[in-house]
Amino acid sequence: MLHGYAGRILHVDLTTGKTHVEPLNEEYAKKYIGGIGLGMRLWLDHSKPGVEPLSPENPLILTTGPISGTVWPTGGNGHAFVSKSPQSYGVGEAKSHGSFGTELKRAGYDAVIFKGKAEKPVYVWIDDDSVQLLDASHLMGKSPADTEDAIREELGDYYIRVAAIGLAGEKLVKIACIINDKTRAAGRTGMGAVMGSKNLKAIAVRGTRDITVAKPEEFMEYVKEFHERMKGPATQKYRTLGTPENVLVHNALHCMPTRNYNNATFEGAERVSGEALNDRYVAKVIGCSSCAMRCEHICVVAEGPYKGTMTRMEYEPLWALGPYCGIDRLDAIIKGMDLCNYYGMDSISAGVIVGFAMDCYEKGILTEKDMDGIDAKFGNHEALVKLLEKMGKREGIGDTLAEGVKVAAEKIGNGAEKLALHIKGVEVTGYDLRCLKTAALGFAVSFRGADHNRHGAYAFDVKGKVNRLKAEKGRGKLVKDMEDMYTLIDSFIVCKFSRGTYYKELEDMTKLYNLVTGAEMTTQEMKMAGERINNLARVFNVREGLGRKDDGLPWKVMNQPITDEGPSKGAYVTQEELDLLLDDYYEARGWTREGVPTVAKLKELGMDDLIHIVEKTEE
Amino acid sequence: MVKIHERKFVSADPDKCVGCQVCEYICSWTKEKSFNPLKSRIRVVRLNPLVNVSITCRLCEDPPCVAACPRDALTQSEETGVIMVDEDKCNGCGWCIEACDYGAIMLHPDRKVVFSCDLCKEKGEPQCVKWCPEEALDLVTADVLAQKARFTATKKLFQEALKETTK
Repeated sequence: MLHGYAGRILHVDLTTGKTHVEPLNEEYAKKYIGGIGLGMRLWLDHSKPGVEPLSPENPLILTTGPISGTVWPTGGNGHAFVSKSPQSYGVGEAKSHGSFGTELKRAGYDAVIFKGKAEKPVYVWIDDDSVQLLDASHLMGKSPADTEDAIREELGDYYIRVAAIGLAGEKLVKIACIINDKTRAAGRTGMGAVMGSKNLKAIAVRGTRDITVAKPEEFMEYVKEFHERMKGPATQKYRTLGTPENVLVHNALHCMPTRNYNNATFEGAERVSGEALNDRYVAKVIGCSSCAMRCEHICVVAEGPYKGTMTRMEYEPLWALGPYCGIDRLDAIIKGMDLCNYYGMDSISAGVIVGFAMDCYEKGILTEKDMDGIDAKFGNHEALVKLLEKMGKREGIGDTLAEGVKVAAEKIGNGAEKLALHIKGVEVTGYDLRCLKTAALGFAVSFRGADHNRHGAYAFDVKGKVNRLKAEKGRGKLVKDMEDMYTLIDSFIVCKFSRGTYYKELEDMTKLYNLVTGAEMTTQEMKMAGERINNLARVFNVREGLGRKDDGLPWKVMNQPITDEGPSKGAYVTQEELDLLLDDYYEARGWTREGVPTVAKLKELGMDDLIHIVEKTEE
Repeated sequence: MVKIHERKFVSADPDKCVGCQVCEYICSWTKEKSFNPLKSRIRVVRLNPLVNVSITCRLCEDPPCVAACPRDALTQSEETGVIMVDEDKCNGCGWCIEACDYGAIMLHPDRKVVFSCDLCKEKGEPQCVKWCPEEALDLVTADVLAQKARFTATKKLFQEALKETTK
C-alpha cells in the first residue's frame, strides 16, 4: 500500500450496529486521491440511483486525505463529509479543518461509511480498532461544542476529537452542518441533516497509530520550505485582517450582495469591515493542527446586549449575517455566528435565508403575523437573532425557513420564488453574480450548488484579470482549470487559504503527494486526477437526475439589474450570456451540450466502470 | 551542584501560543521518526479558543518524579537538569506520572516505559523551539522567566505612562 494512506475503510451499519473494516483499494487511492474525490466515488459505489437524501439508504461518507496526520502545514488536519444533499439532491460535500481529521487518520482510517439509521440516538466512539455505538439520548439538544465537552468527560479522555450535530441536525434543518473542535464546520449542503436522519449525534475519535511518509528526509525539507512560504505574502491576508478584508474590497467594486440582492453595495460597510472587526473584536488568531499559518480569528464581544459571545469569524458568514440582512452591527453578526454554531447550521445559508425572509416581509409576501410577530425589516438585528433561533428549533416561521430558500419560497408562494437566491437549492455566497460573470459561470456549474469554493473563479473578476461585466468565450476554460485545482485541494485535503503557497501549483502539489505516498505520479497525471474528480462529481449529479437545466442562476441575477450608482450599475446576466458561458464551459470539459460527460471523456480519464451512468442519458 | 539560574527548559508564552501542535509533530518526528502526538515530549492544551499553551518538562529543582520512582529508574542530570530514564529499571508503573504537576512525563505507547523532554541534546537544541511558527517557545532559565514576568507586569502597571512617553 502507498504511504500516507491508512489503507483501511471502516463500515458502520447504524441499523444493525455492526461494523467491519475493508482494505482501501489502491487504484481508488491513486485515481480519486482522498477527501471529496474518494468520498464521492465511495458514495456512488454504496448507494442506489434516486435515493432520498434523508432516508437510511443514503450513506454518509467521512474521509481523510493522504496528507492527513502528517506535519504538513494545513494538510495534516482536514476531513470531508460526502453524501447526497437534501438541498440540491445532487452532490453534498463539505470539508472542515481543526484536529478531527488528523485523529481519524491516526485511528487508522481513510474513510468511514455510515449506512442505515440507528433505532435510538447514538454516537460512534472510534477508539483505534475498537468501534462502538453508544447511547446519545442525554446529548440530544446539546450544541456541538457542549456535546464535545460531554463526550470527553464521560469517556475520560481530553484528547478525544468530536464532530457533532446540534439541534438543527437533529431536527433535519436542511442547512444543518457538522461541527468539530467547537468552531470548525463542514458547513455547506446540509450534511448535518443527513447525519441527523441517521440518529447519529456525534462521531468521537481517538487514534494512537504512527503516521509515516514515504520519503521522510525530503518531506521534512519540503515542510521547512513551506513554513517559510507561509510567512510570506501568499498568506498575508489570512494572517492579518483575515477574509473579512473582503468587505471593503467587494463594497468598493459594488459586488457585495446587500439586502437579499436589492443592492450590490452597503452603506454600512465601514462599520462591519475587517478593519473594524480586528480593531474592536478579534481577541486572538489561532491555528489548526499542523498549520504554520493560522487564520482563525476568534472574536469576543465585550459589552452591550451580546456581551460574552465568543466565536470565529470569516468574510462569508459576516457578509451573510450582516450586509445581506442590512445589518451594520458587528456584535449582532458575531452573535448570529455563535447561534449558527450553537444550533449547528451553515452560517452562509442561514444569513441568506434570513435576508430572504426580510425581503419577503418588506414586500408584503410575509406579514408580521406570518413572522410570529417579528418586525423583520432589513437591518433589524433583533429579528436576525430571533429568526436564527426559530430556524434552529424549527419553531413557527422557522420551520418553513429551515427548508432553505428554495423550498421555503415554494411553500410561501406569491412570488417568493423570485426572491430566493440559490443555485440547485443551495443558497448563494458573498459575490454579486450580476457583475462578476466568470464567477457567475463558476457558481452555475458548481457541482454542489451555489458556491465560491468549488472554483474560486471570482478571483479573475475581482482582481481585474478579465472584464468582469462581460460574458465571453474563454471563461469556460478558466473555470474548468480552477475547478480541477480546487477538487485536488479538497481531495488531498489541504487548506484553500494555503493555495497561494504552492507557487508552481500542480507541480508543487504533485511533489507533495509523491513525497508522502511514494507514488511516482507526474504533474500531468495529477492534473488528470483533478479533471477526473470533477467528472466524477458530474456523473454523480447526472445519475441523480441533474443536468443543464440545473446549471442556472437565481431569478434576481438574471432579471433585476444592479441599481446602485457606480461601477456595476445596470449589470445582470441575460439568458444568452448564460447559454454562451455554459456552452463554452461544456466544450472546454468535453461534455455534451446538455452538460453530460461523454463516453469518450470517461474512457480518456480511465473511468470505464462509470460509463453505464452516462450511457443511460444518451438513450 | 548545578546553579539554578543556568538550567534552561522549554517554556511556551501563552500570549503567543495558538495551539497548532507543530511542536508535538516535530518532537515525535525528531525522537521517533513518526508523526504521533502520543509520542511527543511536549503537549498542547487548549482550554478554549483563546487559551492555548504547550507544556513540557520544567526540569524542577528537587524533582518529585525522581523521588516518586520506587525502582530508582529516574535520575536528574546534574549538568542540564534533564530527567533521565533507565529503561531497564522502569516498568511503566506510573508513580512519576502521578507525581508530576505538569503532565510532563508520559508512558510510551509501544515501549511501555516513561519518557520526558531531554532538550534534544543530540541535536544541540530543542527542535520544537526551532520550528515553532509563532516563536512562542523559548529555551529559558527560571531567572529569565521571572525577568519577563516582571517586565510584563510593570508595562501593564504603567501602560498609561508609556503611552504618554511614546507620543
